[in-house]
Amino acid sequence: MTRFSALSLLRNAVTGHKGWTEQWPDSQPKDEYDVVIVGAGGHGLGAAYYLAKEHGITNVAVIDKGWLGGGNTGRNTTIIRSNYLYDESARLYDHALDLWEGLSQELNYNVMFSRRGVMMLAHNVHDVQSFQRHIHANRLNGVDNRWLTAKEAKAFCPPLNIAPDARYPVMGAALQMRAGTARHDAVAWGYARGAAARGVDIIQNCPVIAIRRGPDGAVQGVDTAKGFIKAKKVAVSAAGHTSVLMDSAGVRMPLESFPLQALVSEPVKPVMPCVVMSNTVHAYISQSDKGELVIGSGTDQYTSYSQRGGLPLIEHTVAAICEVFPIFNRMRMLRKWGGIVDVTPDRSAILGKTPVPGLYVNCGWGTGGFKATPGAAHVLAHTVARDEPHPINAPFTLERFTTGRLIDEAAAAAVAH
Amino acid sequence: MLLIHCPYCDETLPEAEFAYAGEAHVARPLDPSSTSDEEWRDFLFIRSNVKGDHFERWRHAHGCGRFFNAVRDTVSDRFLTTYKAGAPRPDLTALKDAAE
Repeated sequence: MTRFSALSLLRNAVTGHKGWTEQWPDSQPKDEYDVVIVGAGGHGLGAAYYLAKEHGITNVAVIDKGWLGGGNTGRNTTIIRSNYLYDESARLYDHALDLWEGLSQELNYNVMFSRRGVMMLAHNVHDVQSFQRHIHANRLNGVDNRWLTAKEAKAFCPPLNIAPDARYPVMGAALQMRAGTARHDAVAWGYARGAAARGVDIIQNCPVIAIRRGPDGAVQGVDTAKGFIKAKKVAVSAAGHTSVLMDSAGVRMPLESFPLQALVSEPVKPVMPCVVMSNTVHAYISQSDKGELVIGSGTDQYTSYSQRGGLPLIEHTVAAICEVFPIFNRMRMLRKWGGIVDVTPDRSAILGKTPVPGLYVNCGWGTGGFKATPGAAHVLAHTVARDEPHPINAPFTLERFTTGRLIDEAAAAAVAH
Repeated sequence: MLLIHCPYCDETLPEAEFAYAGEAHVARPLDPSSTSDEEWRDFLFIRSNVKGDHFERWRHAHGCGRFFNAVRDTVSDRFLTTYKAGAPRPDLTALKDAAE
């Protein structure tokens, strides 16, 4: 593996860029691994990376039914923020944000993390009150967040419409300056490269059909399209398909899978300096470095595995964008797509052990898993390596749905779900 | 957009008229006070989340306003059938044979 540096760039530039080697081999499965991770998205590849780097466990395979980073890692709108209400969530997402800040250096791979700020618009008195509550709660938790008046919001993001006669006028905004975006594909690629360099096998186009358990109930391995793979430990990090896989191990999950859509416009010159979110009119927008406006929509109302969604949601989202940014109302949209997100009843993730010995799960990230990628991967690796949760993911158990100790971001999070 | 048949109005109408209402045939425990935490968890939170034929409830929110049940393939999003609330689960094999 070539280490990227100014020198290696220069050397390859003068030799016509013919000297670059592959960044990770396309591995075939071995008969047995210490740990098998199902799902080669950012979360799964990241967990493999931290298992190898921080826990010295390198006999690891990451298995995916498609190509790596082809699921929700490659389908999200790349927003990164940590301004969640509850202490548990604030710790988890802020841990991720801490890791995001040094990730490009850590991986020697440019994930293009950009702290451009995430601004959440308040359109009514309820928004104003709940956002200010969030800001106070965040600041008590050491999480960056502050209040902007409508004029300050306009100064921060000039295309914003703050006219008082708008159907939903902007009454102010919450701004997390530490938040921003990153290049989603590069996150998967960077972790894949780092993990493969430490001996992790990345096995693509190999659907896991079932998780196999032994007579003692413990995990034995996984049945895949390429045959049975023995494993001492199995970690499921399979987003929308988690409940299908967990069913095969006899564990029923409090998850429902919904399509979540996004779309991008034709590329234009830089016009959006930050990320803007509005819960009330339901729109998320930022601009990629290529110049496309990246717009997030909501989940469809019905469960589905179709990886596409209904047009009514796109119409609703585009209407909301035109309301908040009339400047964009003649832009053409290039393409839209969907991903399948696994949603928990309290809209918080499930990250930890399961009733099955040797089986671990990282799921339930719903509509917001990308931002957690490094943090979730880091604590999942800790949980798998030590067979006990990291203090940060300890509250995110599966048992909370029995005990009632929910982390109810469904009602509280600074985002519409 | 999905096209959904309301079994009460006997009309096939756009999805925008309907509200999804979760998995069908989830029965509330008959005796709440003797129901264990695990049973409450199953009733409140655990759903089948099927990849395939899914029994689900819909409400004709902008029509007759009534709840009904449906069977939809969650991979293709195609409806196999819809039927009135209170009716038993339809026989899927018979339905599929009839469709072919």
